[in-house]
Amino acid sequence: MKELALHILDIVNNSITARATHITIAIEENLSRDSYLIKVIDNGKGIEADMIDKVTDPFITSRTTRKVGLGLSLLKQNAERTGGYLRLESTPGKGTTVECCLGLSNFDRPAIGDISGVVAMLAGSFTDIDFVYSHHTDVGQYLFDTKEIKNALDGVPITDPSVRRFLVEMIDENLAEIKIIR
Amino acid sequence: MTKIKSLADLRKIKEDLQEKIRLRENADQPEKLVQIKVGMATSGIASGAKEVMNFLIEELEKRNVEAVVTQTGDMGYCYAEPTIEVIVPGKEPVVFGNVTTKKADEIIEKYIKNGELVDGIIPRNYETIDN
Repeated sequence: MKELALHILDIVNNSITARATHITIAIEENLSRDSYLIKVIDNGKGIEADMIDKVTDPFITSRTTRKVGLGLSLLKQNAERTGGYLRLESTPGKGTTVECCLGLSNFDRPAIGDISGVVAMLAGSFTDIDFVYSHHTDVGQYLFDTKEIKNALDGVPITDPSVRRFLVEMIDENLAEIKIIR
Repeated sequence: MTKIKSLADLRKIKEDLQEKIRLRENADQPEKLVQIKVGMATSGIASGAKEVMNFLIEELEKRNVEAVVTQTGDMGYCYAEPTIEVIVPGKEPVVFGNVTTKKADEIIEKYIKNGELVDGIIPRNYETIDN
């Protein structure tokens, strides 16, 4: 995948399949450590201990429609070729954290891409799930929480196209403010 | 410098939206709306399902088709991604494969608006047997 935002969309879909009701996407850019850290934290059903070492194997998947599962494998590959890593922590019944670190200045690090579009799409597609998106840079932090959005909307559906457009613009403007690296 | 948008701005546009939504006939009856599900598994995402979904949301609004567009997981047709399922009220769901934005445009104009079938339908060629 060409953008990190698409990888994030893909990993978040795993959380949704695991029946999570609260999903946090946290991105941390650190210039001095030259790292680009992405965490997806969910409260889904978790991964059993005997499965956790296997999930980044492209020929392992929990789904039954087909026999390959490429989401985590592709992200791991992208992380490792920038000198980073992908780690998973999971407690069955409690949730899973996917931690992916990429080399910030590495030539092979994909650009973040359309992260505002991805966050707005998730918020509009899975209205029962609370999404938190935080983005840290050396300049500051931006925090987006669908709970706050739904409160502010006061009954107006978050699925409305003009709400979606507003959310994309709001996230983009705030990300520009903290000067995220594209 | 222009002020960046915040939740306060969202509260402001909320009131206009409430009025707009009240005027819609079927806002509280989702079964009367066109429903579209966009397959958004790894294979769908990698082949551009996100662009197709954005296109559908924007275009259906512009063309005054009341619709709900959501994403779903894998539909099992990795070879034909992006895949979308379209439910027109009163009709059986239809799955279309290899949906580019151009194809999505054709689906809106021909299938959703006029009920004409367009190329690219993935047939349902088996029934599930309950054991």
